[in-house]
Amino acid sequence: MRLQYPPTVRIIEVPCTGKVDINHLLLAFEQGADGVMVVGCLEGDCHYRVGNLHAKKRVKRTKEILDKVGVGGERLAMFNLSSAMGGRFAEIVQEMTQKILELGPSPVRMAMGKAA
Amino acid sequence: MAKQKKQAAKSGNVGAVMVVGGGVAGIQASLDLANSGFLVHLVEAKPAIGGVMAQLDKTFPTNDCSMCIISPKLVECGRHLNIHIHTLAEVKDVQGEPGNLKVTLEEAPRFVDLDKCTGCGECANVCPVVMPDEFNTGLADWKAAYRLYPQAIPSAFGIKKLDRAPCTLTCPAEINVQGYVQLIKMGKYQEAVKLIMERLPLPGVLGRVCPHPCEDKCRRKEMDEPIAICNLKRFAADQVDLGSINPQPVELRPEQVAIIGSGPAGLACAYHLALKGYRPTIFEALEKPGGMLRVGIPDYRLPKDVLNKEIDNILRLGVELRTNTALGRDFSMDDLFSQGYKAVFLGLGCHVGKPLGVPGEDAAGVVQGVDLLRRHNLGQPQEVGQRLAVIGGGNVAIDVACTARRLGSQVTIVYRRSREEMPAFHHEIEQALCEGVEIVYLAAPLKVLTDQAGKVMGMLCQKMELGEPDASGRRKPVPIPGAEFELPVDMVVPAIGQEAALPFLADSGINATKWNTIQVDEVTYETSRPGVFAAGDVHTGPWIAIEAVGGGLEAAESIHRYLRGLDLKEGRTLGKEAHQRWAEISQDAEGRPREEMATLPPEHTCKVFDEIALGYSEAQAQSEASRCLNCGVCSECMQCVAACQAGAIDHSQQPKTQEVQVGAILLSTGFQPFDPTRYDSYHYAQFTNVVTSLEFERILSASGPYAGHLVRPSDHKEPQKIAWLQCVGSRDVKYHSYCSAVCCMYAIKEAVIAKEHAHYDLDTAIFFMDMRTYGKDFEQYYNRAQQEGVRFIRSRIHTVDPAPEGNLRITYSDESGQRKSEEFDLVVLSVGMEVSPQALKLAQQLGIEVNKHSYAQTDLESPVATSRPGVFVCGAMQGPKDIPESVMQASAGAGAAGALLGDVRWTQTQTREIPPPKLIRPEDQPRIGVFVCNCGINIGGIIDVPALRDYAASLPNVVYVTDNLFTCSQDTQVTMTKVIEEQNLNRVVVAACTPITHEPLFRETLIDAGLNKYLFEMANIRNQDSWVHMKEPGKATEKAKDLLRMAVARASLLKPLLEKPLTIDPRALVVGGGVAGLNAALNLADQGYETFVIEKEKDLGGVAWRIHQTIEGHNVHAYLDRLIKKVKAHDKIQVLTEALVVGFSGYKGNFTTEVLVGPGMYERKINHGVTVVATGGQEYRPTEYMYGEHPRVLTQLDLGRLIHNRPDTAAGWNRVIMIQCVGSRNEQNPNCSRICCQGAVKYALQLKDLNPDMDVIILYRDMRTYGMLEDYYLEARERGVMFSRFDPDVAPQVAAEGDGLAVTFRDHVLEMPVKMPVDAVILSAAALPNDTEELATLLKIPRNAAGFFVEAHAKLRPVDFASEGIFLAGLAHGPKLMNESIAQGMAAAARAGAFLADVNQTISGVVAHVDPDRCAACLVCVRSCPYGIPQITKDNVSEINEALCQGCGTCAAECPAAVIQVSHFEDDQLSAKIKSLW
Repeated sequence: MRLQYPPTVRIIEVPCTGKVDINHLLLAFEQGADGVMVVGCLEGDCHYRVGNLHAKKRVKRTKEILDKVGVGGERLAMFNLSSAMGGRFAEIVQEMTQKILELGPSPVRMAMGKAA
Repeated sequence: MAKQKKQAAKSGNVGAVMVVGGGVAGIQASLDLANSGFLVHLVEAKPAIGGVMAQLDKTFPTNDCSMCIISPKLVECGRHLNIHIHTLAEVKDVQGEPGNLKVTLEEAPRFVDLDKCTGCGECANVCPVVMPDEFNTGLADWKAAYRLYPQAIPSAFGIKKLDRAPCTLTCPAEINVQGYVQLIKMGKYQEAVKLIMERLPLPGVLGRVCPHPCEDKCRRKEMDEPIAICNLKRFAADQVDLGSINPQPVELRPEQVAIIGSGPAGLACAYHLALKGYRPTIFEALEKPGGMLRVGIPDYRLPKDVLNKEIDNILRLGVELRTNTALGRDFSMDDLFSQGYKAVFLGLGCHVGKPLGVPGEDAAGVVQGVDLLRRHNLGQPQEVGQRLAVIGGGNVAIDVACTARRLGSQVTIVYRRSREEMPAFHHEIEQALCEGVEIVYLAAPLKVLTDQAGKVMGMLCQKMELGEPDASGRRKPVPIPGAEFELPVDMVVPAIGQEAALPFLADSGINATKWNTIQVDEVTYETSRPGVFAAGDVHTGPWIAIEAVGGGLEAAESIHRYLRGLDLKEGRTLGKEAHQRWAEISQDAEGRPREEMATLPPEHTCKVFDEIALGYSEAQAQSEASRCLNCGVCSECMQCVAACQAGAIDHSQQPKTQEVQVGAILLSTGFQPFDPTRYDSYHYAQFTNVVTSLEFERILSASGPYAGHLVRPSDHKEPQKIAWLQCVGSRDVKYHSYCSAVCCMYAIKEAVIAKEHAHYDLDTAIFFMDMRTYGKDFEQYYNRAQQEGVRFIRSRIHTVDPAPEGNLRITYSDESGQRKSEEFDLVVLSVGMEVSPQALKLAQQLGIEVNKHSYAQTDLESPVATSRPGVFVCGAMQGPKDIPESVMQASAGAGAAGALLGDVRWTQTQTREIPPPKLIRPEDQPRIGVFVCNCGINIGGIIDVPALRDYAASLPNVVYVTDNLFTCSQDTQVTMTKVIEEQNLNRVVVAACTPITHEPLFRETLIDAGLNKYLFEMANIRNQDSWVHMKEPGKATEKAKDLLRMAVARASLLKPLLEKPLTIDPRALVVGGGVAGLNAALNLADQGYETFVIEKEKDLGGVAWRIHQTIEGHNVHAYLDRLIKKVKAHDKIQVLTEALVVGFSGYKGNFTTEVLVGPGMYERKINHGVTVVATGGQEYRPTEYMYGEHPRVLTQLDLGRLIHNRPDTAAGWNRVIMIQCVGSRNEQNPNCSRICCQGAVKYALQLKDLNPDMDVIILYRDMRTYGMLEDYYLEARERGVMFSRFDPDVAPQVAAEGDGLAVTFRDHVLEMPVKMPVDAVILSAAALPNDTEELATLLKIPRNAAGFFVEAHAKLRPVDFASEGIFLAGLAHGPKLMNESIAQGMAAAARAGAFLADVNQTISGVVAHVDPDRCAACLVCVRSCPYGIPQITKDNVSEINEALCQGCGTCAAECPAAVIQVSHFEDDQLSAKIKSLW
């Protein structure tokens, strides 16, 4: 479909969102990410049955941690899409980018002096 | 099966199967067959496989995305080593015997080389031809270069080409009109002129003077007016400097060719010879070249500078021109040959005016029209009179008149017929009249009157009238006796025709015709003298320039062949071959008249020789060109050829016929959706907002025409109210009396999904007769839809009429017969299925029997065998059915073919040769090779690939970098293999497109190079970068660097993974000895696998023993006897009766089942590789309606036995009431039992057979006689069986009355309670599964609330369990008819057989591993694994069986101690990606 979206995301492939570890989410922020999106199958449509539900739970927990440490849970979001929803994916990237732009650079990145 | 089995023993079988039809059934069958050791030829008529399922949005009842679930199957099919996909292919003939068939296959050209096409889509980008997108049911557009859908397999594009357009076929020079019109539309004028000049060297000239016969044949006139082709040609020519168009350089030819005459024929001949490498010489008698174009056509029609420029351009190509040199005057034919000319072309034209043949014609002041024009056009002195009479009605007469007018004369044209017969162009006559030329019609010259000096002073004319039509079809002018008049003129100009001057022919060996033209071969233009060719007016007589051009062109070809010693005629035919397969003219396209060309105002025109027609503006030209209907679809403009960097386009491809040897054929041709234009009352063709269900699927689809945004087609507004009309083309004796079996469910699904799509409260209403939600879990879906507010209106539709604002008014009768109406924004017609004419034709060609509805005829015992041995059928070709039924039958078909060809398994298949893998030790320093792909211009056009490549070289561990035009091309794979060896690479990174489609290919290349396939990583810099950031190339390049750096970082940490081979015990175990289990066992045994059957009862056969006859009249007991005998006699089957499964262990390929057998209960352990669960079902024992309390309240099975054992008793009954849905569709059991409606109809018909006078009343909720069963429902009604519907809240009452019984029910028409005494009450009791609770626990296989087993996937894996190696069939899966159980049994056997046959299975390397030293046995993994794989061992650590692990990684992410790692996605590998990002 070649729908255009902002060149702000870098995609990391995992077998299933069920593989997405809290540590990895936190690592991304630690390394300087301003936002992280977890994108999995629609609920009920998980290729591995329930992996995305596990991810949902972990994303929730990570958001709490981010809130606690002052990064802000709103910088992390999970989305559920089917492979036929390219249009929605482009929208989501647009929306997430907008949201992060409004939030500004992550405090971690500011502290690391990596902020532009 | 019986027939098929006999053949299996024959030798000479071929281990290949042809599957015809690449829908989901064909795909499934192909995979099953290929995986079980057969070479598969999958034949598909379309350019890609996928069928209708690929077009659907969601699937019921799970609401899965249809494309998401079929796409992996497509890819698997496309990549399978032993599936050959033949697209655009058709079976023409089948000869031979079962086991060894010879199929003649015809493949239409794709015009794209499958091996070279990379699917980049550049051809479609440049293609000018826009056509309705068939995949999107015409709701969107695609190009003539197109791909069926983005996920299509094969992924190559194709070009749709029909016959050449009528304009091109009509043009005497066969100019590709459609092509250049399209290019003009695109603003590509240079390309347009180049295309014209492939045939015509004089585009600007002909663009002005051509009478354009092409426009007469233009099909646009069926809508409004033809395309202004000639005007467009002129426009294009006027935009372009011909000097900038350089023909392809060719080898210079030494032979001299003489061309006599420089008119259109001679110029065309010279031009085409020059293009072929010759350097011909033109001899022109006059002082300037151009022939009639120069001397016959006035400047105001064709300015001389246009002509001069185009002639100069021809001369530029190396054509020599000698003027003032005339044949017959200055040299002879023989002179030419003696001077060394090897061939001669005669194009002398017709320059001699015909005399009038009246007295006084030789007087001074009588000048031939052609002479007058010639002198004027050559600038020679020419006086014209004050008053001029021009004789004739052709174009020359008009040209003379208008020329003389401009020179100051009073002009009168004298024409002997009337205006209608005048041969001159209409617009030129108008022009002449406008300029003040007088025309005297119906008059002929009798005599030229002269004065004493012999000078013209007038003309005596004869008045004429029109008589009978003559040979030309025009009415013949007849003199009116005595009616004469004088015309006072001082000059008479005859313009009644020209002829050739041919005195040179004498003794030249060249024959003339009786019309004084040169005689030539009509195809080759060769004269009677070898080496001499002729065309143009000298051959045809005075005629149009384009004909002369065409003749010159063909003569050039002949001269070339003559000089090369080739056959002049080969491949050339007279007249054009036209099948008239052209693009359909859209019915709803709006008319648009042609663009008018501006002209000089009339007050100017009669004074000057300036060009009158001023040409089109650019906007006009593009607008006019866009009116073209693209009759041939592909316009052959060749833009795709120029755009395709892979060189994949080949417009010269021809249809290919081949013979294929196979052992069996499986027909899976599917269905076509019913075309509702046949109904007048629905106005489908008239109203845009009446759509078919398939169109609605596309509307809903995220990849559809509106990107999943729910809008209606007419105005793209969001609909507020949508109606579905059921049974369109089904259950209607006018079209198809059968039920299409799927429409109720898909309508509900569409309503539910539409409500989900709408972010507002969408009103949905389904108008139906019976709601047929009879499949597994369908009833619950129906209930849920009701809860979600979908309205269900039991009704009969009267009409659909237009309402304001594009809305539609539905008028219908409700159940009580009351007429009502309601307005909707959008109406969806739930169209049924039918056999396509092509599929029917194929069936007839193959000689297989079809039923009265045109579906392939099969019988109970062999539900996938056709009447022709060796030819099987599955899917919707056998009858309307949904996806799981089709998939099930496909597997059954594969099983049946497999059983026929068991002895030749693996004889035709290929296996990959794998070199020994290179040893990679953990301590080896990574040596990474990076291959960056340009993907034509897909990546390279946006991302700076050289910069990216150089950047890659700077990354750690990278030792080799390169970039390729197409990294996936075959030659790059060869290079990559070499580079891996030469550079001693131990990791490979490809920065290109998506791993989904391409990772398997590159991994295979690694394997070929001896590298472990897991040492590979891709950076997706196309789909996730260049395509989606094409407007920000700088940022895209930066992102590409990031993605590549991440890939390299991970690649450094990748480890080789061993895929352990899976040993498989080639034996099968079937649990359950009913019809499904026995058929499964028989098929497995026929495939050659040793099979155990475990039956808990003493006898085999199960619940089928309780049925005596099927609805079709099949004797079930006789069948069971035969089946059991066959099973018991089979040397590969062992039957254990009175056997109970008490233990089950192992994993796929290696199971051990413990069984207690026989009255003695001895224990037996059976090792086997696969398990088929076919534990059967039973009839519900009702607790309602006095069952068990009154002897004449019976269930269906009770009644069956009574009819069989005591028919006289039943025959004595006067009235019987049957009550449906007993124990189903209620709170305790919400499911529909599927089979009871047909059961009621069956028994009602049997009772009617016994006693035709018996009242049989069926109290029902919805009659669910799906598919062909509808025929019996119809028959029952015709035979007087009464049907009365009841609502569950007003259920019938059964009461004892004295000795007898009485039933009270509410009549839904009378809306009154009715009480009837009856002789018997028959309860249509639910179908329930047998008790399998223990078995389910032992095998760890899931059951639903009703106790039916749950398959791996409701749509695509209907006979598999999620646990690999265990399969499912029969009533244990859900209620079904006997033939459906048989098919499912065979399907399970096919799937199980394919598993056993695949002896080279390995266990994926991507599995989870536990570090036992650090495991705390906290059970988190055990609880979180979606498959229940982790087990705590006796050492108190978690263990994950890698043969069972699916590799999702959930356990690894959950494990609190991080002691679980998923290979290939290990924590450090993922962390490396994250860390390298910043």
